[in-house]
Amino acid sequence: MIESNQPRTLFEKIWDDHVVYAEPGRQTILYIDLQLVHEVTSPQAFEGLRLAGRKVRQPARTVATADHNVPTTDRALPIVDPISLQQINTLRQNCREFGIRFYDLNDRNQGIVHVIGPELGYTQPGMTIVCGDSHTATHGALGALAFGIGTSEVEHVLATQTLLQQRPQTFEIRVDGRLPFGVTAKDVILYIIGRITASGGTGYCIEYTGEAIRRMSMEERMTVCNMTIEAGARAGLVAPDATTFDYLRGRPFVPQDFDAAVERWKKLPSDPGAKYDRLEKFAAEEIQPQVTWGTNPGQVVGVGGNVPDPTAFADPADQKSAAQALDYMGLKAGTPITAIQVDRVFIGSCTNGRIEDLRAAAGVVRGRRVAANILEAIVVPGSGLVKKQAEKEGLDRIFQEAGLQWREAGCSMCLAMNPDKLEPGQRCASTSNRNFEGRQGKGGRTHLVSPAMAAAAAVAGHFVDVRQLNQ
Amino acid sequence: MDRSNVDTDQIIPKQFLKRIERTGFGQYLFFDWRFHDDGSDNPQFELNRPEYRGATVLLARRNFGCGSSREHAPWALEDYGFRVLIAPSFADIFYNNCFKNGILPIRLPEADVEDLFQRVAAHPGYQLTVDLQGCTITDAFGLAKSFEVDAFRRHCLLNGLDDIGQTLQHDEQITAYERSRGMVVGGR
Repeated sequence: MIESNQPRTLFEKIWDDHVVYAEPGRQTILYIDLQLVHEVTSPQAFEGLRLAGRKVRQPARTVATADHNVPTTDRALPIVDPISLQQINTLRQNCREFGIRFYDLNDRNQGIVHVIGPELGYTQPGMTIVCGDSHTATHGALGALAFGIGTSEVEHVLATQTLLQQRPQTFEIRVDGRLPFGVTAKDVILYIIGRITASGGTGYCIEYTGEAIRRMSMEERMTVCNMTIEAGARAGLVAPDATTFDYLRGRPFVPQDFDAAVERWKKLPSDPGAKYDRLEKFAAEEIQPQVTWGTNPGQVVGVGGNVPDPTAFADPADQKSAAQALDYMGLKAGTPITAIQVDRVFIGSCTNGRIEDLRAAAGVVRGRRVAANILEAIVVPGSGLVKKQAEKEGLDRIFQEAGLQWREAGCSMCLAMNPDKLEPGQRCASTSNRNFEGRQGKGGRTHLVSPAMAAAAAVAGHFVDVRQLNQ
Repeated sequence: MDRSNVDTDQIIPKQFLKRIERTGFGQYLFFDWRFHDDGSDNPQFELNRPEYRGATVLLARRNFGCGSSREHAPWALEDYGFRVLIAPSFADIFYNNCFKNGILPIRLPEADVEDLFQRVAAHPGYQLTVDLQGCTITDAFGLAKSFEVDAFRRHCLLNGLDDIGQTLQHDEQITAYERSRGMVVGGR
C-alpha cells in the first residue's frame, strides 16, 4: 500500500498512515483519530449503539458539545424550545452513558464544534478527524484530513473508531501572489467556488497552496478550508508550517512533547514532485471583496459588479438555476451589488466566528452607527473563549456602541435552528457559508460576505466596498 | 425534479432536525416547496402533481444533495417512498448516506438524464425498471441503459448488510493498528 519511495502529497501521507484494511473493489477501512460530536446528528447514532448493545470503542478520541440549536441569548434563562432542550439533554445523557467528554452550555469552552477543536488543541496536523457536520473540513487548515459524515457513519466511528471510505482524488488549488488590501480569506474562497462551481470539487480532496495561502494566519486558513464543502469537496487541506505550530503551541490538548510532535508534523507537507489529479491556479491580485447574489455559494460576484443576467450563462442548467435564484432573491439582472439594501446583518458561524473575524468587523464599525434601515445586526462569537477574548479587547463595547447586538456562542443564524432567523423576504448580509433557499429562515434572502463586508453593510445599509468605506 | 444543486436544506429543512428518531421524516420532505404557509399542498411542486404521486424513482439534475451532511435527507426520501435517485451527479456525503439507508443513487451522463426527462414528459404515468443485480435501467419503450455502482456497496444493498457488522469482522486489524501506534486498544 505505502510506496514511500514515490513522492506523495500531504493527503496521500495522511491517508496511507490511517489505512487499517484495504482490498481491491471495496472501500478502505480508515482509522479515525478524533470524532467531534454535536446534538443534531448524534442522537440516532447513540440509539443505534444501544439497540445493538455496542460500546464506544475510543471514548477518549471522542469530544462533544452543543452548538447547532443553542440559544445565543442569556444562558441563565431556560431554553424555551422543548425539542431543542430535549436534543441537548439527550446529548448530555449519551455522553455520560458512553463516557465522552461533553462541553456543556455553561462551560467556558463551549462553542461551535469547528471553532473549539482547533482552539483547544484537539485538532492536530496529520490526524484524521470526522464529525456529523459538513463543515468539518475546517480542521484541514491545520493539516488534518477532516470531513463531514452522516449519522450512520457517526455510529460506525463510535463503534469501531474507523470509517469505510472511497479514496478521493487529489486537487491542488494554488493562489499565487499577495491579496490586495481589504481582501480577506472569505473573499478568496468565495471567489474560488465561483470559478470552480458548487460541484467543482466533488470526488476530490482539495489542498490549498500558493503564496496567498502561506501568508494567511491559521484563522484565515480555517475560513478557506471551512467552505471547501461548498465547492463539493469533502476535505480541504493546508500543509502545516510555522504558522500552524505557533498557533498550536501551548493549547490544552496538544501532545506533551510538543517539539517532538513538530518534528513529525514537519514531514507531512507534499514531497517535491508529488502529483495531484487536478490543478487550478488563481492570482490573488485579481480577487476583490465578494458578495453572493444567488442561492448557492458559487453564484457570487465582486462587489464592484452587477447581478448577472441569467441568459448570459452558456449552460442551460446554469441559466435556469440563475433565473430561479434571482426570482427567489428578489433581484433584477443588472442591478449593481452596491445598490442592494439589506435588512439584517449576521456576523458569526464556523466560517467567520473567530477572534480575527470579530476584530475585522469591529474595526469597520468602530465610531460608526448601524444604518437606520437595518432591523437587526447581531454578532455571535464562535465559542466561549472567543467571546471572552473579544470582551477583553473591548470589541463587545465597540459593537454595542455602533448598535449591533452581542450574543452568546453558537451556530445561530447560520442555519437558524435556534430562535435567530430571518422573516420571509428579509435580506441579510451574512458571514456564514450557505445562501440556500430558506437556510436562515423560510423566505429569507442570504448574501454571503466577509466579516468586514458585513460590518460595512451594517453601517451603510446596503452593500459597499469596505475599502472605500475605510477611506 | 428539473433543478440542479438541490441541497439538503431543501430536502429536509432544519426545523425538522430536532427529532431524535430516524423515522417519520417523510411527511417533512421538501417541506418548504411542497406546502404553502397555511399547510395546504403547493400544486406547482412536482411531487404534488397527480401523475407523480407515489413515485419511487426521483429524477433530478446535477449536484443533487449538496450542502449539509444531515442523514435526515435520505431518511426523509426513504420514508416518503423513494428507492432510486437518478441524476448526473450527487454530493459526496449525501451519496454515501443513501447507501446506508437502502436508497440507490444512480449517476448517469447529462445527456441520458435529459433523455429521461423527455421520456417522462412524453409518456404520462411513465415507469422505469431499475435492476440492481444487473445494473440496468429499462422502460417499456426500448430504453436499456447500464449504470455503475461500487461492487461492495451493491453487495451490501442487495443483502441488507450492516456496515458496522462488516467492519467488526476486521476487529483484529483495528486492534493491530492501535497496538502498532502505541494507542490504548479500544473496545475492551
